[in-house]
Amino acid sequence: MSVSGKSVLKRLDWFSVLIYISLVFIGWINIYSSTFTEDNPSIFNFASLHGKQLFFIGTSAVAIIIILALEANFYERFSSLFYIISLALLLGLFVFGKTIAGATSWYDLGFFNLQPSEFAKVATALALAKYLSDIQTDIKRQKDQMVSILIILIPAFLIIPQPDPGSALVFFALIFVIFREGLPLYYLSIGVMVILIFILTLMFGTIWVAIILGLLLALFLLLKKPSFKVPIIPVTLIYVAIVLFSLSVNFVFNSVFEQRHRDRFGLWLRLEKDPKKMDEIRKTIGYNTYQSEKAIESGGFFGKGFLEGTRTKGDFVPEQHTDYIFSTVGEEWGFIGTATVVILFTLLLLRLVHLAERQKNAFSRMYGYGVISILFIHYFINIGMVTGVLPTIGIPLPFFSYGGSGLLFFTALLFIFLKLDANRLNELT
Amino acid sequence: MRKILLSSIILLVGITFIGRLSYLQIFSFSPNQVLEDPAIKAVYDYPERGYIYDRNGELLVANQPAYDVMVIPREVKPLDTLDFCNLLGIDKERFVSQLKKARVYSPRLPSVLVPQLSKEDYGRLQEKMRRFEGFYIQKRSLRYYDTNSGANVLGYISEVNEWDLERNPSYAAGELKGTTGIEKEYETILRGRKGVKYIQKDRFNRDIGPYKNSTLDTLPEQGKQITVTIDKILQEYGEKLMTGKHGGVVALEPATGEILALISGPTYDPALLVGRERSRNYSKLHYDTITKPTFDRSILASQSPGSPFKTLNALVALQEGAITPETSIHCYNGFYVGKRKRGCHCGGGSRNLNSGIYLSCNAYFAGAFRKIYDQFPTSAEAMDVWEKHMKSFGLGTFLGYDLPTGRPGRIPNKEYYNRIYGEKRWSSSTIISNSIGQGEVEVTPIQLANMTAAIANRGHYFTPHVLKKIGAEDISIPEFTEAKHTTIDKKYFEPVVQGMAEVYRKGTAARLQIEGIEIAGKTGTVENFTRIDGVRTQLTDNSVFVAFAPVDNPKIAIAVYIENGYFGSRFAGHIASLMIEKYLKGEITRVDLEKRMLEKTLEKEYAKPYSGQPFKINERVW
Repeated sequence: MSVSGKSVLKRLDWFSVLIYISLVFIGWINIYSSTFTEDNPSIFNFASLHGKQLFFIGTSAVAIIIILALEANFYERFSSLFYIISLALLLGLFVFGKTIAGATSWYDLGFFNLQPSEFAKVATALALAKYLSDIQTDIKRQKDQMVSILIILIPAFLIIPQPDPGSALVFFALIFVIFREGLPLYYLSIGVMVILIFILTLMFGTIWVAIILGLLLALFLLLKKPSFKVPIIPVTLIYVAIVLFSLSVNFVFNSVFEQRHRDRFGLWLRLEKDPKKMDEIRKTIGYNTYQSEKAIESGGFFGKGFLEGTRTKGDFVPEQHTDYIFSTVGEEWGFIGTATVVILFTLLLLRLVHLAERQKNAFSRMYGYGVISILFIHYFINIGMVTGVLPTIGIPLPFFSYGGSGLLFFTALLFIFLKLDANRLNELT
Repeated sequence: MRKILLSSIILLVGITFIGRLSYLQIFSFSPNQVLEDPAIKAVYDYPERGYIYDRNGELLVANQPAYDVMVIPREVKPLDTLDFCNLLGIDKERFVSQLKKARVYSPRLPSVLVPQLSKEDYGRLQEKMRRFEGFYIQKRSLRYYDTNSGANVLGYISEVNEWDLERNPSYAAGELKGTTGIEKEYETILRGRKGVKYIQKDRFNRDIGPYKNSTLDTLPEQGKQITVTIDKILQEYGEKLMTGKHGGVVALEPATGEILALISGPTYDPALLVGRERSRNYSKLHYDTITKPTFDRSILASQSPGSPFKTLNALVALQEGAITPETSIHCYNGFYVGKRKRGCHCGGGSRNLNSGIYLSCNAYFAGAFRKIYDQFPTSAEAMDVWEKHMKSFGLGTFLGYDLPTGRPGRIPNKEYYNRIYGEKRWSSSTIISNSIGQGEVEVTPIQLANMTAAIANRGHYFTPHVLKKIGAEDISIPEFTEAKHTTIDKKYFEPVVQGMAEVYRKGTAARLQIEGIEIAGKTGTVENFTRIDGVRTQLTDNSVFVAFAPVDNPKIAIAVYIENGYFGSRFAGHIASLMIEKYLKGEITRVDLEKRMLEKTLEKEYAKPYSGQPFKINERVW
């Protein structure tokens, strides 16, 4: 505690804090609007959702104070413990979990429902940073690559059966951290390839994928330098592997996926060719996205004004105060509001990259990347879903969406990093 | 590279989102959201359409309630179809097809399932309606007619079409508007303005209060009642007389230009175009291309005026100094155009202006016409002067009356003849038929009546019009209240009026005199032709009559044009005489005359050209 205490406030990155406060404030304004009813206008009514959210904001403020007050190396030292606790909590859900809306993702604490998957995000980011920053870990080694990936996969696989595939997906974003620390490029390339071929197969079918790939290969063989020798056997094997994968996509899509998953992909990739049927699908299966798109669109450039969103008032967008909160921004604050939020997130993320890069301590840097990856994937998938550019995957918008566990742990996630950053000069001494 | 990859992705995603959002909120945004927003429902409050009264304050048109069964297909829940159909009194096929039609139109907007229930059905249905979700009864206001006359002049209302919707944003689909006649002309006054309430809805379509605290809502503005110049009694009587005859009758008040009666035969009961049978009746009327009941002959039938036109030629001749009332012209039971003789029925002998008019001498007016042209060095100059005089009586132009349709008729001019014959290749002899109202000149009955009013006023007229009062206020439209002066000096009218008075005293209409009323009039018997299988065929002459009464300080000017009625003194003369008596005396003393008019019809005459057989024209009927 020698240099910190009074000086932690001085060294804190206030730019990030300011954006954080702006996002939480704008988020709360919109939660107020989307849960507003004429007979319950009071801000401090803790029976109302916006009142509860205000309480969570207060709780988060307390959490910030505690986080900043604790020793910086506390987080590194106890990261393994946090990780084990989070896994235990996730396992415990199978026995003690409370089911809300079909997903067993909560512990009922009486006054508050705790969502351990939110905690697990922070713990996993810490644990991964801890493992990777260990002197004995060499990311070029395959064994260490496997272990680090395992650290990510274990919580993800514990979350999938809740079922909450959206939250599980978030953990995969942590691959970025490993990648930043030197995971070979082909892991990422393979990942991108797999996604690309999956999408292309759904859109055009295996035959076309095989033909186009073959044509590209032929073109390459024609144009290649005569001196370049083509490794015939590996190329053929890769080609066959891709075609087989493409074939398996059809099988997975038709037999393993459930109808609702198929519908979501069908909707996203516009697989239905008949425009009339497509329209019908948009309004039935794609109801949420359709309504949120329409609400955003109807806001126009300037928006309809605070508490004037007709579709928000009419409750047309389901889950508007949680996952679809961004549509309220769109309707009531227009393009000005939505662009502001996007810019705020972009600035925050870029700022955090900058902060992470300036860390001298490997643990802090890697944890910083973990924070960025987790915040980014939430922001990307959530706004992508609400504006209709990505398929429906139900995850909240950080700092914005209604929900106590979410807000609390996103705050913790961010401020642990800010604490580490504020402490970076101490590391040298 | 690994350092900047994440930053690049973050930036790229930010730009993508901004792009997507500007597409949604700037390019796809449409400003008339309020109407498309499912969260806002506009509820219209329709004001009652204004009533229409006749000149004496007698009710002509009012409103009656009607009840439509409406359906919102999306909200329909499974129901006992049979029970429901029995209740509505329709069969199941009709119910299913109507429901399908409604769904095709819009699953979310209401459509009419069964239009215009009677009051009894409404009473029976009302309480049971609640059991059937998605259906409701909507009250509508329909026109009620307190007369069975005046269908064409009053006009009808009908649902607005696509074209109206595009042109006039104050209409919404399914609303009614005046389509013809007075209903169309005074639509904005009669209609008033609908009020609107915007209601905020939630996604279950439940009302959750007013939108924007009702600041955008408006109150309905009542339609105003109007009083028209039509005399209900005269209009009804005229239509009764016109039973079985084709043609137009127009009666005006010369002192004001007010239209007392505007009759077209055949006509129909205006109530036919109201209620459940409307569309069936409409097709029946609309597709009757032989008798054309929806064709308002009183303002649309442009035909040769015949002998009444002689009076105008006389006035022009007097004005231009071509004749004096004493000028005498000999009739050889006709007159010569070159070597060709044209006939005359006046009996022959020496004629002056007075006897020329009351005996309707063709030779006299042909002579007078020539004398006009002799006043000028060229026919073209003479034609210009003649045209100017004729047009000052409102001929050859749309008169400017307040009804939505009309025809200008035709007063030929020098360009017209130059086109036909070539420049300087025509003379008064070429166009001599115009002297007796045959030839190229054409008028509509309302123009004939207006011309008569101008003579009755000795030189001026007021534009004919049907609007008398809006609400309780008399109109003060300069177009209707300011006199239009003809180009003929006042002094020349008296001799012509005297000649027209002699028509009743000892001339062609001597037997149509009304005791105690001095009438001035002029008969017309107009040759006319049609084409049957491409062959020009002459039909029985049209019977024409114009008159005004009393001769001094006239109260009524009337023009009657009966197709194929033969002599002017027959059908047209009878009807004009009876209507004048009805209007001035209020009762009919010549019961035999009235009986004849009510009984005799011209159906046989009208059937001739369609019989496919050769037929005789101008047969004696009594």
